Parts: sequence; C-alpha cells; structure tokens
Amino acid sequence: MEYILKNGIVYDPANEINGEKMDVMFKDGLIVDNVSADAEVLDVTDKIVMPAGVDPHAHVAGPKLVVGRLYRPEDSRRGVTQKTKVLRSESGFSIPSCPATGYRYSRLGYGTVVEAAMPPLEAKHTHEEIATIPQLDIPAMPLFGNNWFVMEYAKDNNIEDIAAFVAAWLKISKGYGIKIVNPCGSEAWGWGMNVHGVNDKAPYFDVTSKEVIVALAKANEMLNLPHSIHIHPNDLGHPGNVPTTIETMDAVKGIKKGKGAAEVRDQVMHLTHLQFHSYLGNSWKDVTSGAEEVAKHFNKADNLTCDIGQVTFDETTTMTADAPMEYDLFKLSGLKWTNKDIECETAAGIIPCIYSKRSPVSTLQWAIGLELFLLIEDPWRVCLTTDHPNAGPFTRYPRIISWLMSNEKRQDMCDNEVHKWVHKRTLLPTLEREYDFYDIATITRAAPAKIYGFTDRGALTPGYRADIAVYDINPNDIDPSKQADEIEKGFNVADYTIKDGQILVKDKEIVKVKESQNIWVNVKGWEQNEQKVIDNIMPFFTQYYSVKWENYPVHDHYVSNPIRVDVDGK
Amino acid sequence: MTYEPPVTDYDYIVENCTCAFCGCNCDDLDYLVKDNHVVAVRHACRLGASKIMEDMDQRLLVPMVRDENGELKEVDWDTALDKAAEYIANSIRPVFYGWSETSTECMKEGVALGEYIGAVLDNQATICHGPSLQAVQNAGYPIQTLGEVQNRADMIVYSGSNAMNSHPRHMARYAVFCRGYFRQRGRFDRTVVTMDPKFSDTAKCSDKWIGFEQNGDYGFYNAIRAVLRGKELYQDVISGIPKEDIYELAEEMKNAEFGVLFFGLGLTHTLSKQRNIDIAIKMVQDLNRYSKWGLTPMRGHFNVNGFNIFMAFECGFAFGVDYCRGYPRYMMGETNTIDLLVRKEPDCFMVIAADPGAHFPNGANQHLANIPVIQIDIHWGPSTELADVVLPGSFIGVECAGTSYRMDGVPIYMKKAIDKPETCRDDEWIVRELKERVMKLREEPNVAPKYVPNPNAL
Repeated sequence: MEYILKNGIVYDPANEINGEKMDVMFKDGLIVDNVSADAEVLDVTDKIVMPAGVDPHAHVAGPKLVVGRLYRPEDSRRGVTQKTKVLRSESGFSIPSCPATGYRYSRLGYGTVVEAAMPPLEAKHTHEEIATIPQLDIPAMPLFGNNWFVMEYAKDNNIEDIAAFVAAWLKISKGYGIKIVNPCGSEAWGWGMNVHGVNDKAPYFDVTSKEVIVALAKANEMLNLPHSIHIHPNDLGHPGNVPTTIETMDAVKGIKKGKGAAEVRDQVMHLTHLQFHSYLGNSWKDVTSGAEEVAKHFNKADNLTCDIGQVTFDETTTMTADAPMEYDLFKLSGLKWTNKDIECETAAGIIPCIYSKRSPVSTLQWAIGLELFLLIEDPWRVCLTTDHPNAGPFTRYPRIISWLMSNEKRQDMCDNEVHKWVHKRTLLPTLEREYDFYDIATITRAAPAKIYGFTDRGALTPGYRADIAVYDINPNDIDPSKQADEIEKGFNVADYTIKDGQILVKDKEIVKVKESQNIWVNVKGWEQNEQKVIDNIMPFFTQYYSVKWENYPVHDHYVSNPIRVDVDGK
Repeated sequence: MTYEPPVTDYDYIVENCTCAFCGCNCDDLDYLVKDNHVVAVRHACRLGASKIMEDMDQRLLVPMVRDENGELKEVDWDTALDKAAEYIANSIRPVFYGWSETSTECMKEGVALGEYIGAVLDNQATICHGPSLQAVQNAGYPIQTLGEVQNRADMIVYSGSNAMNSHPRHMARYAVFCRGYFRQRGRFDRTVVTMDPKFSDTAKCSDKWIGFEQNGDYGFYNAIRAVLRGKELYQDVISGIPKEDIYELAEEMKNAEFGVLFFGLGLTHTLSKQRNIDIAIKMVQDLNRYSKWGLTPMRGHFNVNGFNIFMAFECGFAFGVDYCRGYPRYMMGETNTIDLLVRKEPDCFMVIAADPGAHFPNGANQHLANIPVIQIDIHWGPSTELADVVLPGSFIGVECAGTSYRMDGVPIYMKKAIDKPETCRDDEWIVRELKERVMKLREEPNVAPKYVPNPNAL
C-alpha cells in the first residue's frame, strides 16, 4: 500500500526539518521519497507531522509491573474502559493493563517504548507481557549492575569476560542493552543494607559501584552495543545526592566509544531520571534543588545523555530495581510496601506514591525536573520521560510538553498552584526558556532514537520505518506560551498514528490493532568467549540458581516475531 | 515404605522436566519413558512422581455429553465442542473457573473467550490464597525468589503450612536443607521455626515449634509486632504462648541475617482470614527495620500463581474478574465463584483443570447440579458427575508444553516429554475451538458500540 500524508507541517529534527509544509510518503511499511499516482492521500493540511514517539525509559512490562497491578486494584479500577469491536477492555491509571498500555501509547502518537528493567531470571515473564501489549516495538533492558558474576569480574577488572557475559545474557534474555540500577546497592539490600556514594563497597563482593560502572561501560564499548550503558545512579531520591550523581558522570570520563555499530550515538553513558538525582542538602528539612549544579556539569560533559523523570502531580505507583530506596520511601510514607528480590541478579521495590501540589517535597521534585529541562542546553542530550510510572504515568507527556512550551503557564503554577518552596528552594521561577515544536520533536523522538542507536526509526528519512504521528495542532495558528491547555489537548490524542506503515489511529480513534515486536541485540563475533564464560559459571549456576540452566533462557516461543539487531562485536 | 528397586527397563530419559504438582514447580525432574509412558521419575517427591506416573489412572479419554436420561455418553469431538459452545453462547452469566493446572497459553484463549461473551474468570485462589491476595492489596507484598532463600536465609519460618507433606521438596530444594552460597552448611546454618497449632511433620524437623492456639494466629503475630515496636506485653500468655517465649522469638527474628516467612492455608483459613496475613505482612515489614525479612505464600497448584499473574497483566485484577459489563470488574464477595454460585447467578459453568465437585461448599455445588457444566480435565473426579459436557485435555509438562509461574513468580517453560493419548486434545486447542465456535454462534460480542474514554484514566 502507498500513502501520502499531504500538506502537513513537518518537524523532523534528525533531518533538520523545522516546521516545513511538505508531504510525507510511505510505502509497504517504509518511508519513501516518492509514490505513484495511486497512493492514497491522507489530508493533514496544517497539522503537525512528526516521527512516531520513542520513549527511552518506561516500566511497562515485567514482574514488578504485575505485582503493582495485582496489589493495587484501586489503580486498575480507576482506568476501566469498555471493550469495543476493535479494542479490548482497558484498566489502570498509573499501571495500566497490557492492552491499555499499548492503546494509550498509540493514542499519544508513540511507536517505540523501552522497557527499562528486566531481571534475566524472569525475562520470560517480561516477554509474555510484551507480547500482550499491542501497537508498539518494545526493547527490554536486562539488569546487570548487581549481577553476582558481573561484580566478581568487575572486582578483577576482567572486562573481556564481562563483555562475553553481557553478550551471552543479551541472547539469553532477548535484551537490548546494559541497564544498571543502584550498582552494588540492590545487592547490599540482600542484607537489608544500601551503598552510599560510588565508592562504597557491596558487602562480601568487595567491589565499589564505580568499579562496576566503569567495567560495564568498557564492556559495552568493547561489544559495540547500539546503546550505551543506561544507568540509574546510587542514592536515588536522597537529599544531598548531587555529589554521587556528579561522581557517576565523571566515572566514564576518558572511556572511548566503540567503533562500528556504536557510531550512531554520541554518548558513553545515559543517565536516567536525572531529576531524582539532583537534590542538595542533608535531609528533607533543608533539601534544595541541585539542578543547576548537575546541569552545569552535564552540559560540559558531552559524552553523557539523560532523561528527566518529570513529576506530574498524580497518585502513582513507584517501582524500581532500587529496592532499598523503596523501603526508605515506605519508612517515610507508611503506604503498602512491596519488595521483590531476585536471586544472584537484582531486587525490586514498589510503593504507591502521591505527588501533591500542596506538598513541599513534590513541588521541589516537579521544579527540579523542569529546571533540568530548561538548564540543559542541548535538546539532543535530554529526553522526555516520567520514568513511567515512577514520577507519573506516561499519559501525562502532553501536559509536560505544555509546561515546557509555556513560561506563562509555569509562572502561573509557581505563583498560584504549587507549594511556596518553588520560590525559596529552586530556580524555576527565574527560568524563562521555552521549548518550540522542533525541540519537542527532538526530546520525544529524534534524541531518544539516536541515544538508543536506532537506525530505522525516530526520523522521516526514506528507508526508515514508517512510524509517523500527526497532531491536530496548527503551529502557525497557536501561541504555545499563551495556549498551554490547547497544546496539552492537541498532543493528548494523535490525529494519526502510523506504525510500520499501518494506520493504527485515525481521527483520534484506534482503528487497527497490531501485534508488538520485541527488539533485541545479537552480538556477533563473541561466540567462543560466551561459551567459555558459560562453561566457567556453570558449576555455580547449577548449585545456586533455583532453576535449571535449560529452563533459564527465553525460549523462541516467547518472542515469536522479534526484530533482531545484529551487531558486529569485534 | 517398602524398598523399590530402581527402574532399569526404559527406552530413553527426558531431562529437566518440570513437575506439574505444587507451587514449587521443581524443574529438575528426569522422566524415564517406555512405550510413550513415563515409567519412573527421578528427583521428584512422591506427590509429583505419582501424579506423573499414574497419569492414566481414571483418565478421561473420550469427549462425553450427558443425554436426556442423565447419562454421560461418549461422542466425537465435534459434537461435544458444539454442545459446549451452544451452552456458553446461550448463557447470560457464564463463569469460567479453574485454570490453575493449565498453561498461561491456554488462559490466553480463555480470557479472549471470556471477554468476548462477558464471562466471569476465576481460579482456585478464590478458595485458597484469596485472603492472601486481599491482604497483599491491603498491606504490601515483600517477597523474594526461592533461590534468594537458598543462598541467604538463616531463619526460615513456616506458618500454617506443613511443607513436609504439602510441598515435600520445598525444604530440600529451596529453603532448609540445601546448601546456599552464603549458607554452605545447609541445614546447620539455618534456624527453622514452625508456627502451627498442630505438631506437624514440618514441626518435627524444625528447631522450634510454636504451637499457638487454634485461631490464635492474629493475636500471636500482633504480640510479636508489639514487641518489635518496643511495647511491653501485659498478659502472661498470649494465644497459648508464654510471653517470655514471644520476647525470645522476636529477639531471634530481629537478629536473623535473612529471614523468610512461608505461610499456607493454615494461616489464610482460620478465624481472622485475610487479617492474619495482613498482620504477618506488617510484621515482616517491621522486621526489615532490624534485618532483612521476606515472605512467600505457599501456593498449592503449580500454576495458581500463574493465573493471578496472567490476569493481572491482561486486565489489572488477579482473580474473580467479571467481564459482564464489557470491562474487567473485581469485587471480593461479589465477583467470586462461590458467591456467585451461592446466589444462584451463573447459568453456565466451565471448569478447566479444577475440581469444584470435590472442593466447593455444598450450597455452591447444589447450583452447579442445576446448570450446564462443561468440564475440561484429564482425570475423572466429582466434577465429572456434575458435568454435562466432558472434554478430555492433556497433561501440561508431560504431554504438552506450556508456561507456568512458580510460587515466587519465576516463570518456567514446562516442556513436553511424551505424546498425549490419541483421543485427547491440548487444553489450549480445546479452549480456542470453543472460542471460535462461540463466536460463530453469537456474532455480536459483549461490547460497547463505540470507544468511550474513561475521564479518570486521563
């Protein structure tokens, strides 16, 4: 089938197209530069056309999601929607059911979402959920930062074996890249402890968080993985964590990018939900925003990228592999606390959280997120996320866009809606920068695609997948700084969402449901090293894992229709 | 037990099979196969081994439909499936119950059918660990995988659970006797406490038995919590346990490096029901202020946890999900099987891989006798006597492959070892066939005419 999207106003930062009125054509699932006269014309005159959204960090599928849904029926109840002839029923607000997750992303104009944390032992579960989510392409990031084997190798500075281990485990778990969460801290949580700062050692393993980060970063570049290491630094959410964040940033100084497959990206480390890592002070009493310091440092270090984890003032569910932090939250809020430790690999914690405009801490967190957005100079190095569902559900992205585009709206909120800490402890009221549509397209599409090393999406380049979103906003007829509500409304539901050339959303309604695909990285050239590592760890595995080796990998049964990214690791 | 010589007469061995009995899902079984039949099982406990080896005992082999005289008559597959589909398509309040002894692949077909016609989907949790799930929804869920227990735990508590009998390899493989990375001496490195009014077989091999009074669970855990929070106990004896013992136990629990509480139906089904679990969870949360503690419900069937997990990701609720309004609805006491049956609401009942005839209260079974019942199972049971259509399925983990979730949530792919009897079909196939036939009979699904967004979801 051939299609032509006519007369849209295109924002495609990867091709430096900034609000040009032009046609976008696609054929057989791919963008093309011309079509025949038979092409079906979709009239999108004066509407915004962008590549479909790419969410670089969200928790959408996996064991902790399911525990969240299972133990929060109140959240599921909140979002119920009836089944129609096209759609299945939906449920959930902060942790939507799998079908709801796919539909809602599709309505927002998104096409690719990265599941940010997958414990390899339960990877089958994550893939079962990915298969249940419709409409999206979903890579999943296996957790390596607290893996016992990785910690042992990192202690011996044995980068080659770490690389082989990672290559093998990406195949075993059908994962995309290296995710590190509170390195050494989640292992310490095995004994009810945590690590503080990057130079603190994991109990027994005698290795510091910094050593693990550096070793994994080197292994990542040795393997030429398309994405860099993806790190959730230590001390998340603790007042006074700015030095830890900055030391984490400095840890990868001097590490060279791998050749080949990694050419597409610029960074050697992606810092996730930076908002939670930018607090100054000693306690919640004297906490202040550290955004300026963090952003200043970040702007100087051009080997880093980040996403924000913007707080949205909702009742949501926090869930992270940083389990000790979740217990700290439990001690603060006393709400129902869930924990899930995974043998030899990681841990996880979940707790409901209410971000309120009247709360000083929530206000501070909200402001820090926006400060980071406004203080980080290069939009190519920052991505829009809420760390769904940690700081808020992904359905709030349009609202965040409206805040970023309107200083007036932000000032109004600072003066009339949120807690007065925003004036006393943050810079937000003094920041006047406003994003334009081009910047928005960068932080929601082009930048995340580049950061992940995707060479088939995130742009409207001929030959790329036809992943396109059309929004009912006329950029020539709207003043985003004055019409924040219209901006939010416009981005809330796409006019068209096109995925792989299939029209999934038309006139703001889902008209077609498509099966999801998993994207995983297959490293080539390391097969012998992988086998050697597997042989070496086999006695340990047999003795100390509670499943047999044969039952550990994700069988093909669970990834029926994957997109395999072959990477030349040598 | 008499000595049985090892089986030597077999054709081949299938290694690393997964046991389809309890929630331990031991995945290290070796099946010895001769003439397409498992003649011996290595590594399994007696419960698992006998279920796998005696698979032809009272086996349902042929589809059956009850005729006008009330007799089950053998029929061909088409007739049986058409009859079952007709019952489902003509019903207005169907209930699909069971699912805990089949694969998530089969559940997938079941939820598609249930959503299409607006059925209630429920599983055995409604009569076993339902109170645990209720408590989890109230208080939280601090758990860990079983390997974590093996490698770290130095204190194991069984409460209201006789693991030695109900989950025979639990202590050996995961919790007590096994060597762990930080517990190299196995049993000698662990303190085992059994809390149970009965001096059970588990209590016999424990270091400590806390035999609190029947229905004394809530008071007992409350007392431990009080002590943990630095309060003084005023009564000398609480729930039949002297207060000195409670102080001592609380101290011991605080000083454990890594403790785990395993609880069973003994805790979920005494007087205070979900409140027992509630307070046990809160006790574990309190203990984490001093050391590291977790808990795990001792799930009974090998995939009872799987259904809860599966439903949670499909629709957001764990069990007792009512689709009659076109969206999932879950309300304890309202959308659960027993409550529905006792109120005589359902007009069609499909039971898959479960035996309500044996387990349900009388009032519920009385209603089952009056409505069409479709049974999908591998063995004859009391439910067969209630059934109007019997569809013989196959044995997951032996005759067909499928996914199950262990009690701690670890997914396991249970592989196929032998062929199923020629006249039987896979559960997944049966439910898919039913779905397709029902869709033909009732062309209009139970849906809203158009998508109406829920303002609360935005």
